[in-house]
Amino acid sequence: MTQPAPPVDPAKTRKTAEYKHSRPLTACYWEPKGRYLFFGAEDNLIHRYDVAAKTALPLAAHDSWVRAFAATPDGETLLSGGYDGRLVWWPATADKPAPQRVVDAHAGWVRALAVSPSGLRVATCGNDRLVKEWDIATGTLVRTLAGHASHVYNVCYGKDDGALYSCDHRGVVMAWTLPPVAAGGTPAANTPTATAPAATAPTATAPAGAVAGTAPGVEIAKVEALHFYDTTFRADIGGARSIALRGDGGRLALGGITNVSNAFAGVGEVAVAVVDPAARKLEILLIAKEKTQGAVWGVAHHPDGFWIGLSGGGGGWLLFWKGDTANEFFRFKLPADGRGLGVAPDHRQVAVAHADSHLRVYALHADA
Amino acid sequence: MDRHAACGSAEHAQSRRAVLRGFASGALASGPIAALGRWAGVWAGGYAGGLSLGQVMAGTPAVAAPLRAGGKRILNIFLHGGVSQLETWDPKPNTDTGGPFRAIPTSVPGVHICELLPHTAKQMHRLSIVRGLDTKNSDHGRGVVEMTTGRKEMKGVDNPHLGAVTAKALTPAGFTLPGHILVRSSPGKRNVESESHKAAYLGPQFSNVIMYDGKPPKFTDRPEGLSLESDSRRNAFRQRSDERFAGRRRTADTDAYTFSFQQARDLLERRDVFDASRESAADQARYGVSEFGKHCLLARRLIECGVPYVQVNHADYDTHHENFDFHIEQLGEFDQPFATLLSDLADRGLLQDTLVCVMSEFGRTPKINTRYGRDHWGTAWSIVLGGTGIQPGAVIGKTNDNGTAVVDRAVDHGHVFHTLLRAVGVDSKGEFDIGGRKFPIADPAKDAITELLA
Repeated sequence: MTQPAPPVDPAKTRKTAEYKHSRPLTACYWEPKGRYLFFGAEDNLIHRYDVAAKTALPLAAHDSWVRAFAATPDGETLLSGGYDGRLVWWPATADKPAPQRVVDAHAGWVRALAVSPSGLRVATCGNDRLVKEWDIATGTLVRTLAGHASHVYNVCYGKDDGALYSCDHRGVVMAWTLPPVAAGGTPAANTPTATAPAATAPTATAPAGAVAGTAPGVEIAKVEALHFYDTTFRADIGGARSIALRGDGGRLALGGITNVSNAFAGVGEVAVAVVDPAARKLEILLIAKEKTQGAVWGVAHHPDGFWIGLSGGGGGWLLFWKGDTANEFFRFKLPADGRGLGVAPDHRQVAVAHADSHLRVYALHADA
Repeated sequence: MDRHAACGSAEHAQSRRAVLRGFASGALASGPIAALGRWAGVWAGGYAGGLSLGQVMAGTPAVAAPLRAGGKRILNIFLHGGVSQLETWDPKPNTDTGGPFRAIPTSVPGVHICELLPHTAKQMHRLSIVRGLDTKNSDHGRGVVEMTTGRKEMKGVDNPHLGAVTAKALTPAGFTLPGHILVRSSPGKRNVESESHKAAYLGPQFSNVIMYDGKPPKFTDRPEGLSLESDSRRNAFRQRSDERFAGRRRTADTDAYTFSFQQARDLLERRDVFDASRESAADQARYGVSEFGKHCLLARRLIECGVPYVQVNHADYDTHHENFDFHIEQLGEFDQPFATLLSDLADRGLLQDTLVCVMSEFGRTPKINTRYGRDHWGTAWSIVLGGTGIQPGAVIGKTNDNGTAVVDRAVDHGHVFHTLLRAVGVDSKGEFDIGGRKFPIADPAKDAITELLA
């Protein structure tokens, strides 16, 4: 008789797998079918880690670090966004994946991307202060969303394809209402509201004949706690280093750094801002019970009703918040700074891209 | 130097204590009289520094004639905190140390710099890169001193700043503006005592005048309550009193005070020189709205007026944390105004008499730390030079594949100091004669990077 799986219990978090790479990692992503973990590293490559076989395969198409991944719900198509400004389509499960399409998506870095709940669209954001939406089937630019005044750090869809959220360097959160478009359908015929010159000569294919539309956007919050202008060093620090939607779509979590006293030394504390999009306000700022230096580089909502935060910059931690109180109910010390968080489709494990060149998997439950 | 090091080390605190009071350090009330007093105070500072006013005055004409190279100037852009050589002049893309940025071609075939400098890349035919800096130092304060004096910092020994040396060697007779000007951002509430560039034995008249936020030196405007007529009468009275006093008891000291008051009055009369808002709207737009852009436009104005040494500081690059994001931000401010300034100097024929230098106190570690930062690094880094006396489009020195060591033509601050002076026609192997004492202009143990000289 099969024993029932141990219930998820963050207090029982433990390391279950470890993969050593040759360079520090920058991000990771667990694809929806659970077979592969994709991670980026300081080597300009994407690496597909086979969870069962515990082996990794390098995928080359980017000319810079890759910190953004998402896949279609069937797990067959992977989208990657790089600091080279490129958006790349991959056959995620092929024996030797080769790029299917490469688009110069943003002038400057692609900082984040998200696949829509239907799997028809991918949204990207970057240093050109733009959010863009692309048709996954055709690679067509559907619309360009202008309105942010600083680098757009993260993007995430709402419960359906009609809502999109983005957050920039200065903690400004925008909500975009998107008109429905059929799969592979013709995008709206209006011109983009803003374009930015490419920083470098394009080497990738531009989407031929793309005509982008626009969509209305509204600022729903300015999360002051996630932004600081350091007058000593004369530079901004902040932004949503991570983003996640609560399961019911009713709250948006933005991971970052707060209480910064020295931007250039990274002296600040981990924080997750939970925003109520409907009420257009910050609901609660989740922080660590004990002062914890660094930023939250990964955030996720667990179906059991708690938030998971991954920190890096002052040692790595997994922090677990219920969301109704500011402090975590449990924290788990990691062996090194975290830089990216992936959640298994069954929500029983998480993967962490570490600064010490390791990909590690942690179970959120007791050993069976 | 005003160092605000991110790492907050004891060395930083130490370096912040390095002091020399300058133009703005006088203790008189505000107003034009106060301004005059401040100039006098500068002289008094020199007196307190161990030289009599007579000696100070004697120092000026004692500069050997061959040192004078009339019409030459130095513009030094100092990127404080230690700009990353990998994100500027010596990119190493796709290596373990290279970071996320790509290298881009420049106007010099075969020479690449970081993609964060697209505008500067188009001006590289006017510049040369020195990629073999090995200054063996990773301390902010020491780095600033060594790069701007050309000598190792030693306790109890003050050597004159490059600006002071330049001002002394290149200021033409009868020049009515300060010969050594620093343009920088406002210090806010910070200690600015260490802002003054030491003139050391050259005398405080060669120390820097500081223009905070690109504004004219403090106390150079006439108070609203003081009419021009009243001011003139007051000054006439002072002159008569001075002359009467000098008629009976004239000394080198009284001459020095008279000189300082006259220089201050000249400064007041030419106050518009310091006002970059007098430049055309089109030019102001070309330089942009950033503070550094405005400072670059002001630097052009000062260079056009013949100021022998202008330094523009841009801060801060001490990026122990998120080096790449901060270099996007800081170099995003630097690139276009600097390229515009360089282009303008060339177009106006000023570059043939102006040496342009971009330096820091050191570079940043090839190794990327766990916070995406780079730390202090004096072992293998870069500066750029261009303009008068410099061979354009050259790359001198070389680092290894991932930038961890110099593999060809290692040089240090001493070589750079000689090179800068030689480029503007100063015999850097010569000596200053100060009151009968001989002071080597630059470190006698070093020499110029001769292959860099035009």
